[in-house]
Amino acid sequence: MIKDKEQQLVSTKTVRASMSEYLAPGARSLKPSGIRRFFDLASGRKDIITLGVGEPDFVTPWHVRDACVSALEAGKTQYTSNAGMPELREAIGEYLHNRFAVDYDPANEILVTVGGSEAIDLALRALVEPGDEILIPEPCYITYSPITSLGGGIPVGIETFAKDQFKLKAEQLEASITPRSKVLILCYPSNPTGGIMTYEEWLPIARIVEKHDLIVISDEIYAELSYNGNHVSFASVPGMRDRTILVSGFSKAFAMTGWRMGYTCGHPELISAMLRIHQYTIMCAPTMGQVAALEALKNGLGEKDRMVESYNQRRRLMVKGLRDIGLDCFEPHGAFYVFPSVADTGLDSETFAERLLTEAGVAAVPGNVFGLGGEGHLRCSYATSVPQLNEALERIGAFVESVKKG
Amino acid sequence: MDGLKLKILELLKEDARRSAELISTMLGVPEADVKQAITEMEDDHVIVKYATVVNWSKVDDEKVTALIEVQITPERGRGFDSIAERIYLYPEVKSVYLMSGAYDLLVEVEGKTLKEVASFVSNKLSPIDSVLSTKTFFILKKYKQDGIIFEEAEGDNRLVISP
Repeated sequence: MIKDKEQQLVSTKTVRASMSEYLAPGARSLKPSGIRRFFDLASGRKDIITLGVGEPDFVTPWHVRDACVSALEAGKTQYTSNAGMPELREAIGEYLHNRFAVDYDPANEILVTVGGSEAIDLALRALVEPGDEILIPEPCYITYSPITSLGGGIPVGIETFAKDQFKLKAEQLEASITPRSKVLILCYPSNPTGGIMTYEEWLPIARIVEKHDLIVISDEIYAELSYNGNHVSFASVPGMRDRTILVSGFSKAFAMTGWRMGYTCGHPELISAMLRIHQYTIMCAPTMGQVAALEALKNGLGEKDRMVESYNQRRRLMVKGLRDIGLDCFEPHGAFYVFPSVADTGLDSETFAERLLTEAGVAAVPGNVFGLGGEGHLRCSYATSVPQLNEALERIGAFVESVKKG
Repeated sequence: MDGLKLKILELLKEDARRSAELISTMLGVPEADVKQAITEMEDDHVIVKYATVVNWSKVDDEKVTALIEVQITPERGRGFDSIAERIYLYPEVKSVYLMSGAYDLLVEVEGKTLKEVASFVSNKLSPIDSVLSTKTFFILKKYKQDGIIFEEAEGDNRLVISP
């Protein structure tokens, strides 16, 4: 009797053919990043030199790690306030004022996040309505477009070019704008190109942002890694502060990638909406990480400068090395990437990168995974030791020669 | 000293085998300028020598190193210098520093055995007239020297490819 009832219950249920049918459409349509395939190809090989890493080769400075150890010993294992420790927000405010001449009130305009990544997610969740068009200059970091789509937004790529040093041009931006355009995402210094924007180059962009009433998410995670004068924050351009959600963090400047410490700043009404999402999803950024981040801002700027100087030396080495090989390579003034063109070899970026890995044992990321304008290029990170860079350059040189000979 | 020389020194301290060409690329200055700066520093004895940092504990050759605190009476007119010279001219002596604090000279002595170092102290160092006292400390293990850590660091922990 009971058994019959059970069977009846089962039979009335809708049966889904596969587990993936349980997934929401947004999650179902998320594609794995193009980087993933290369990661699988490269993993497990011992003889390779990797120029494929998007993080510093320095370990976090010892005094920063030590501050975290002390915090643990002192039992600082509780939640902090949702927005982050007040002292840390104060320190971030002071740092941004001193370094980039932007001013934010630590009380309600600064939010400490789990890496810059969380800040980008929060900003897009807070801003994007289904059907909104989100303008994204490309090639760019791989996260913006998928997160936009997840919220029902429509990513609109704007292709930038090597001949312009991958800078965003006002006329290109304007040509991409429609009545549905709402958000512009900026990432300068750029991953993957190393391109930057100067104050003069920002001005016409700012005029268009104003004219079309856009809001900007400015991902300035590589701000400290600028080699041609100081980085210009988009938020520091007149009229742009309240239209900009500034996203940054500790990963690149202080070699703190694994800590996942970031922050975001902006108009109090925007930050307060992002804070609400953050408090329901994350509660607060990890406390020990916040203590370490505070130490980095208080006592780590000298060490940061030494790391930046070291990247700069290696940047020069890579640009010259790649040019000597005969690869067309514009001079990047930011981040720790060079983005040479490999088009002259007759190979597309994917084939070039795959063959470079399998035949020459050098891992790098093909430009096409970074969106429009990336095809024909290769992202090479120079956050690797000088002897390794020299060896990589030698291998790339030999490989390019063998390809050209056919 | 000018900024270029300081930067060159930093790069050579990391790796003395770096060529002028590599240094010029890394610093973004003409190779001729780098060569000239290096020559000047060699002539001025700013760059004293290009030596190799050796982790002797990995070499099968037995070696014992001691740090010796030496108290001395300075000589009239020449201070500590002439006594320091009498000490540093011994080939067993690897380094000599004039120190502030409770003693005057810190002397690093190297020998094949404990006995050899001890006999150097008792037969050569202590008998010097102006030496008042010595305290010998044997080095058991070198962790770091001249900013270079001897323990082999863990390899690169980073993922091979990351966005």
